[in-house]
Amino acid sequence: MAQVNWTYTDKVKEHFMNPKNILMDEENYQEDGKGIAGNVKCGDEMIVVIKVNKEKMIINDCKWKTFGCASAIASTSALSEMVKGMKLNDAFNLSAKDINKELGGLPDHKVHCSVLGDKALRMAINDYYMRNGMEDKVKREEERVVCKCMNVTDQEIEHAVLEGARTFYELQEMTKVGTGCGECHEEVTQLLETYKEKHFCQV
Amino acid sequence: MPERLVYIDNNATTPLHPEVKKVMIDAMGLFGNPSSLHGPGREARQLVEAAREKVASFIGASPEEVMFSGSGSEANNTVLSALSCQRERCEYHHEGLHEIITTTIEHPCVLETSKCLQERGVKVSYLDVDHYGKVNVEQLQEAVTDRTGLVSVMMANNEIGTIQDIKKIAEIVHQQEVLFHTDAVQAVGKIPVDVQELGVDFLTLSGHKIYGPKGIGALYVRKEAPFCPLIRGGHQERGRRAGTENTLGIIGFGKAIEMRSQEMEAEEKRLLKLKATLRKGIEERIPDVQFIGHPTDCLPGTLNVSFDGAEGEAIILYLDLEGIAVSTGSACASGSLDPSHVILAIGLPAECAHGSIRISLGRENTMDEVEYMIDTLPLVIGKIRDMSTVYKRRQ
Repeated sequence: MAQVNWTYTDKVKEHFMNPKNILMDEENYQEDGKGIAGNVKCGDEMIVVIKVNKEKMIINDCKWKTFGCASAIASTSALSEMVKGMKLNDAFNLSAKDINKELGGLPDHKVHCSVLGDKALRMAINDYYMRNGMEDKVKREEERVVCKCMNVTDQEIEHAVLEGARTFYELQEMTKVGTGCGECHEEVTQLLETYKEKHFCQV
Repeated sequence: MPERLVYIDNNATTPLHPEVKKVMIDAMGLFGNPSSLHGPGREARQLVEAAREKVASFIGASPEEVMFSGSGSEANNTVLSALSCQRERCEYHHEGLHEIITTTIEHPCVLETSKCLQERGVKVSYLDVDHYGKVNVEQLQEAVTDRTGLVSVMMANNEIGTIQDIKKIAEIVHQQEVLFHTDAVQAVGKIPVDVQELGVDFLTLSGHKIYGPKGIGALYVRKEAPFCPLIRGGHQERGRRAGTENTLGIIGFGKAIEMRSQEMEAEEKRLLKLKATLRKGIEERIPDVQFIGHPTDCLPGTLNVSFDGAEGEAIILYLDLEGIAVSTGSACASGSLDPSHVILAIGLPAECAHGSIRISLGRENTMDEVEYMIDTLPLVIGKIRDMSTVYKRRQ
């Protein structure tokens, strides 16, 4: 049989076959921060835990667990390697796009599976701040209503982009955004570009 | 790629039977249009009609009741779409008969067509299924009214293998003088199917599920049943399906059916044995598994199983790395982001669908391959459960 290309890049395959930093002993891991994202009903869930060098505000260790597909496994494995030795602030600003770059790109329809790891990481970092009396540093990912007629938030638009929406029309199909007065049209178009740029890199 | 390939995804598609391959290679040079009156045309016609006779006799029909189509999906679309025809001259169109009854576990080609018909003004009702995927016959009895134009119930389910009591269902439907269709794509060639015995008006079958080529299907249309074509513009297939015949596909399909008539019975027994071994092996070596589908009224080669705390796409990709090919009901593998509608319809939670795989054995599979699967699967499931957020927590 002729050599058949794997659906994912060699790097994704490597991280999938030999995932790094899996949290094997959850009870005895003395984490400084913990984040849980997603839920099993929707098909994926992710736990990320971190240990922090409190003086330097650097991540010393990062471990994770998931109920998730190959993309979730590979991207979180890659993420857990990337953040070791990284400043909390820099780690917080990592996006799925950075991880995808590291992995050499994921198929477009799998990108939404890979955002779970960095989301859980941000929650773990926030959890660390909370535990250590640094509430002022906590950055919440707050929702903002963009389309007032249909009550659609920016997070819903981001979600729709991750689920495959690439045009304003597709966004409307999925979220009903901008199908009322139409005043939000310009802002939604901008958000669409922002989220496309944020999550999907051309590799 | 690993050196070994254990293909146990035969409900998705099957490899060509070597005999089918042979006749198709022999027929490759055949170019005549079966509609032409000259020599090359007559030669093609003869082979097409010989194949039609094989298909017809295998399901207990007469040749003129068998129409070839481009796929099982096309055949299903043809039958269902007829209901929305508004032409007064259409033999299918009857004033007021604007209701279809089908089930929640049909193949997407039936469900999506039904949804489309709904938007065109046809009323569609969906019958529920029980925990094993069996249609609720009492509900059917109540659902069929004098406004019902068609009832469509699949004979065997592609995901969980559950076989319906089509004969009984057809009887109930016919008591109300309503037309009955069954999608038997997964059934024909695996279990005995006889249209007379079942008493159906329409029955769909397909080539590539039974070691024939892809791109060829067929529809049985009972002699007296009304018909409205989906594809128009030619007299082919007695005016029921326009377009020059896929001669090569039809010839291959005919041969595949011929081989089924010789091999099916013995294979059914062999597959049941392989499946029993596989099931026992999984049960013994992997804790917290759930088998999905009917324990006995099930396709001989189909085994659907869900692993607590393990995600299906990860399972199939780890198995793929070990050279084993299976399918999953997980959303992540579908591209649609929705988990299997069949597993949800039988009342199991979404996690169960996300963690399910479908193993479908076929004529080429051996006991040695089943043992390889039994040896490999525990390692894969163990690896995934080790990193699972859900599994250990429940222990």
